[in-house]
Amino acid sequence: MERSQIEAKLTDLLVDELGLERDDITMEAKFEEDLDVDSLGVVELLMALEDNFDVKIPDEEAEKITTVGEAADLVSQKLNG
Amino acid sequence: MSDVTSRVALVTGSSRGIGRSIAELLASHGHRVAINFVSNEAAATEVVSAIEAAGGTAVAVKGDVGDEAAVAAVMAEVQEKLGPIEILVNNAGITRDDLLMRMKPDAWDVVMQTNLRSVFLCSKGVMRGMLRGRWGRIISLSSVAGVYGNPGQANYAAAKAGVIGFTMSLAKEIGSRGITVNAVAPGFIATDMTAALGDDVTNAAAEKITLGRLGLPEEVASAVGYLASEDASYITGQTIVVDGGLAL
Repeated sequence: MERSQIEAKLTDLLVDELGLERDDITMEAKFEEDLDVDSLGVVELLMALEDNFDVKIPDEEAEKITTVGEAADLVSQKLNG
Repeated sequence: MSDVTSRVALVTGSSRGIGRSIAELLASHGHRVAINFVSNEAAATEVVSAIEAAGGTAVAVKGDVGDEAAVAAVMAEVQEKLGPIEILVNNAGITRDDLLMRMKPDAWDVVMQTNLRSVFLCSKGVMRGMLRGRWGRIISLSSVAGVYGNPGQANYAAAKAGVIGFTMSLAKEIGSRGITVNAVAPGFIATDMTAALGDDVTNAAAEKITLGRLGLPEEVASAVGYLASEDASYITGQTIVVDGGLAL
């Protein structure tokens, strides 16, 4: 999957699952500081990523995610090796 | 009872005693219930038969809920047979009573594993499904021993007090997602566990109880059934003491 497709799908998930404003979402945005997503929200997002991209994200890797771009990187790495 | 939605419930340690009563009550409310047991398959099968005879749905699921791999297997089996778990009742519990001076570390560890580690493992195991469904009920059995203490039960009381702290913390973690987490603390209830104490101990206990008698498993189950229902939607992080007024 192309990076741009991953970013677009991730953005859709953030809007649909976490109720974020599409305009606020950038790859640099930090979940907790910029987007006001609490730590449980990040866990829920990672669950949604697993479901929607059909990947497994181990807890140790999930814990390192702080920005939208990092979430996209992780999905990209899981999908494309 | 305004609760009409049929949900999937897992009751740990429900082949007999209070767990059995809870399983039967939840089934009578229309929920599909997984009867978890460790060794007594005949008893678990009997509970399933009793529920089915009453028109309910139940399956028996074997597994030691203090063990990580066993919990994963139990969760997978319930999911496969009934669907995602929406009501978890952490009931499984054992006693290994002794004066602290004589208590072996093994007696401490095994009680912690079965009575407290199981609560952690099972609650963690149902979390994904409940977060996804934005609805859930986690109800754990504490004990008056965990609220007031009891001589000879330092291990049991510590585990049961641990259940209360766990309940309040998890309630705060996931309350925003429509999941409530509560505990029920029974007093002296007539089960195999209290029968093992002998008549002298139970008679002496009954004298200290405001209602003048031991409780019945069904009387604990009804509190659990209430907390599991829609009617209890605004109650979380609480411990309901069901002890016949023991501490009054």
